[in-house]
Amino acid sequence: MKIVQKSIKLLTLVAIALCSFQSFASDSGKKDNNQNDGGVVDTKSEVDKYIQHHIQDAHDFTLFSYTNDAGERKHVGFPLPVIVWTSEGLKTFMSSKFHHDDNGEEIVTAGNVKLAKIHGKIYELDAGASKVDFDAEHHATNAHKVLDFSITKSVFGILVVGFLMLFWFIRLARQYKKKSIPTGFGRALEPLVIYVRDEIARPNIGEKHYRKFTGYLLTVFFFIWLLNLAGLTPLGFNVTGQIAVTAALAIFTLIIYTASGNKHYWKHMLWMDGIPVFVKPILAIIELAGAFLIKPFSLLIRLFANITAGHIVVMSLIAIMFVMRESLGTVGSTGLSIVLSILIALIEVLVAFLQAYIFTMLSALFIGMAVEEHEHH
Amino acid sequence: MYNLIGAGLVVIGAGIGLGQIGGKAMEGIARQPEATGKIQTAMIIVAALLEGLAFGALILGKGA
Repeated sequence: MKIVQKSIKLLTLVAIALCSFQSFASDSGKKDNNQNDGGVVDTKSEVDKYIQHHIQDAHDFTLFSYTNDAGERKHVGFPLPVIVWTSEGLKTFMSSKFHHDDNGEEIVTAGNVKLAKIHGKIYELDAGASKVDFDAEHHATNAHKVLDFSITKSVFGILVVGFLMLFWFIRLARQYKKKSIPTGFGRALEPLVIYVRDEIARPNIGEKHYRKFTGYLLTVFFFIWLLNLAGLTPLGFNVTGQIAVTAALAIFTLIIYTASGNKHYWKHMLWMDGIPVFVKPILAIIELAGAFLIKPFSLLIRLFANITAGHIVVMSLIAIMFVMRESLGTVGSTGLSIVLSILIALIEVLVAFLQAYIFTMLSALFIGMAVEEHEHH
Repeated sequence: MYNLIGAGLVVIGAGIGLGQIGGKAMEGIARQPEATGKIQTAMIIVAALLEGLAFGALILGKGA
């Protein structure tokens, strides 16, 4: 009965979300006149633009957009709140006020400040300006960027995954308190938790210290894995492909292994034993650069580049359908595109797990290096 | 132009390296099937480091 009640609740939520889709779809797309050039569209550049747009973060959640028979651009999705720190303090409004404009044409007035959105960034117009002027390189000349704390698409994705994880794992923990085996979805999570603990944390950190760090490693593993998988759904998330997200995760790992480093670790790094004295400072520089730059940088670049590259490949293979239609015919290009994108999507499911595994694994390895105890030497 | 050629060279190198890692790991597993788990873990770590290098080259090559 409980399950039924929960599904009803979920369905209601979905229904409400869908209703808001509709209302959002109807008020958009009033000015899009580049479709009126006789229907000639450069498919390749259109595809390129679309992929670029997908890779970047966005201020609204758009599932898809299309041009209807009347030549209007329709966007299906829902707006997200914009929270910016301007010269007049904090301003909040919904991103639907920009009407999907990304070229600084739509000016939103909040209090006494005028705001415009240019290529996914929010700019504040200088005093007295009423529209954005651009120089030859398409940089705004009379506007400056504001501090942007908006709930963007990526932040929305992070929140969704965060709440999902809270819900699942708190329930799992409660089930362990009541009886020894979990029920329902917890049974699917338990082997993964055991796997991270016994295959990643324990062998790399060591029997003595692994318990302290297993919590972080589990969090980071499930966070990255679920976000990677969310990126493969048609919802269009690209959260782990945002360099800011991966950088923040790498900085967490950096802080943890730096803060938990014991004296052997610092001795090994700053004044290594068993080598001539004049080599010691040189090695110290190399070790410091390795610990503070190369290790976190390799963590963040690997995750970012893998996920971004995966998304570009998937979307390019889907785009074969349009780009190669003239040379292969409609059926040929569609068939080729479907076969290739299914194969790559399957590989991407593997990559989603593998990248989460590698990030967790390397974090555990770095932490293990920092807390390792040396009996001899 | 040259940065793209350089990035391509790095990717070729990384490809050769990945092939070596995979091949040697398989040889090792064939010789000692009981050590499969350890060999796979070590293989994935080295492959990940190498991959990071290749991606770094790609990003620098594209950005420069």
